[in-house]
Amino acid sequence: MSEVAAPARAPTAASSADNILVAENISRRFGAFLAVNDVSLAVRRGSIHALIGPNGAGKTTCFNLLTKALPLSSGRISFNGKDISALRSADVARLGLVRSFQISATFPNLTLLENVRVALQATYGKAFHFWRSIAAVKDLNARAGELLDQVGLAGSRDLLASELSYGKKRALEIATTLALEPDLLLLDEPTAGMGHEDIEPITRLIRKVAEGRTVLLVEHNLSVVSTLCDRVTVLQHGQIIADGSYEAVSRDPLVRTAYMGEEDA
Amino acid sequence: MNKKLLIAALALVAALIAPVYVYPVLLMTILCFAIFASSFNLLLGYAGLLSFGHAMFFGTSAYITGWLLKSSPISLELALLGGMLVSTVMAALVGLLAIRRAGIQFAMITLAFSQFVYFVLLQAHFTGGENGMQGIPRNALFGLIDVKDSFHFYYVVLGVSALALFLFYRIVNSPFGEILRAIKDKEPRVESLGMKPEQFKYLAFILSASLAGLAGALKATVFQFATLTDASWPISGEVILMTLLGGLGTLSGPMFGAAIVVILNDELAGLGEWALIAQGVILLVVIVFFRRGFVGEIAALMAKWKKPAAKSEVQATA
Ligand SMILES: Nc1ncnc2c1ncn2[C@@H]1O[C@H](COP(=O)(O)OP(=O)(O)O)[C@@H](O)[C@H]1O
Ligand SMILES: [Mg+2]
Repeated sequence: MSEVAAPARAPTAASSADNILVAENISRRFGAFLAVNDVSLAVRRGSIHALIGPNGAGKTTCFNLLTKALPLSSGRISFNGKDISALRSADVARLGLVRSFQISATFPNLTLLENVRVALQATYGKAFHFWRSIAAVKDLNARAGELLDQVGLAGSRDLLASELSYGKKRALEIATTLALEPDLLLLDEPTAGMGHEDIEPITRLIRKVAEGRTVLLVEHNLSVVSTLCDRVTVLQHGQIIADGSYEAVSRDPLVRTAYMGEEDA
Repeated sequence: MNKKLLIAALALVAALIAPVYVYPVLLMTILCFAIFASSFNLLLGYAGLLSFGHAMFFGTSAYITGWLLKSSPISLELALLGGMLVSTVMAALVGLLAIRRAGIQFAMITLAFSQFVYFVLLQAHFTGGENGMQGIPRNALFGLIDVKDSFHFYYVVLGVSALALFLFYRIVNSPFGEILRAIKDKEPRVESLGMKPEQFKYLAFILSASLAGLAGALKATVFQFATLTDASWPISGEVILMTLLGGLGTLSGPMFGAAIVVILNDELAGLGEWALIAQGVILLVVIVFFRRGFVGEIAALMAKWKKPAAKSEVQATA
């Protein structure tokens, strides 16, 4: 499936040219508890990279650190060769590193069109125009429609987001995220809580949106990971215990005891 | 659409002939508080920010406008703008410190600032301290149009209110208003999409204070006096009551809420302290039984009636 198997644990500055995101020794404490412990991670440009691990391993916290939704306790992150360690989430997003959330993050009282338009407004330059009618941003409607179409929601653009099924909310969230045309997309458990009928289309959608960009995803469904991902990083108790191709990682005895055993049940 | 136009036309006719049947000062009071409640609604209903100190903008503006009119031959509209300007600048300063706080912390900071402003107004010489500021003249509008007579002045207040309420409508239906609604729904998501929510909330706070300032300025010219009550906690509380009573986050709800409270206060004036208790009971009943407020409940009922069509309009048109 993939020939990428560079087992390098700690990426060096020299390799950052083909790595879109490099985290060096990042940690995060909550009081005395180390949720993320000295994690170093490199995401290759153009790859689909999975971050897996048991519940509570620190995956979401990692995402929060990488997108600067949470400040780092220590460590350094660079994106596209630029040090983003000191930036805030909004600035990181503008640089092209955008995430979705584990718990669906749509705007429930906005229509689907408005949900996507809000994201498009971020770079449109009229977001503070309080004196103009909403018609001032009607040029965005066409693009918003395209994005909704891309995730199969074109027919329901005037529904409120709260009226969507769970699976469609995830799709809407992806459309909203794509509105920023991110270079790197971070998806936190995109298939969590979905029935079989929703998993297949979402997997196809992820593959589609990964064309021309890089995707880092947290995912519990291992068949999704094995079909989608070029590379897998395994996290346990806030630390990386394995990193490599799906085949290599799934053979790793540490991983088998820490993670796979639990998942087999 | 036509139905909306018809309702608007009827409302306009009613507003135009109202002072023939109703005491103009009562009508003007309702209009002032409709603006004030809308300003509060902009903040809480659309930006999700609860202010416990909105009276500071209302009261300060009332004093500034009164002082301008008393101490200079300034024309009426400039005096109103002057009051508004001062409360806008005040919000820009208070907002700088308050806006990064969320929820009850934000509310407490606004309360603290309003207590401070109250104290300053109490001590300042130009306000007349405990006696308040009496005998504010209604200088000519644009230096030309005489508005001393309340019947005539009503139409000026009506015009200014229409303008203010249009501005409110414009703000909540603008590109900016769309982002505000998104922030109210899910602030971290807005940040993750590359926008800084506190900048939007800051602007909303300032805009809200401008409208509150206009309401206070108008009030000073309607009653021709300004008192410490205008800047006090009960006024901050009353605007919360009006907004919740009418329907938070609905366009017209808080205006109705303002009318209901003003008329009730007028009717219950003879009861003294009991008026306050009546207010409290009403608020309790609304919070327990009519969570969406007067207009919110009606809109929900109508949406239920003609189910599929109206669903998404509840918020937009109410
Ligand atoms: N804001 C927080 N405050 C305190 N503890 C937290 C916080 N966020 C996460 N944690 C803890 O950090 C650990 C990792 O959580 P998380 O990153 O959500 O795990 P995962 O996404 O891998 O399931 C958990 O034990 C969780 O309880
Ligand atoms: Mg998680």
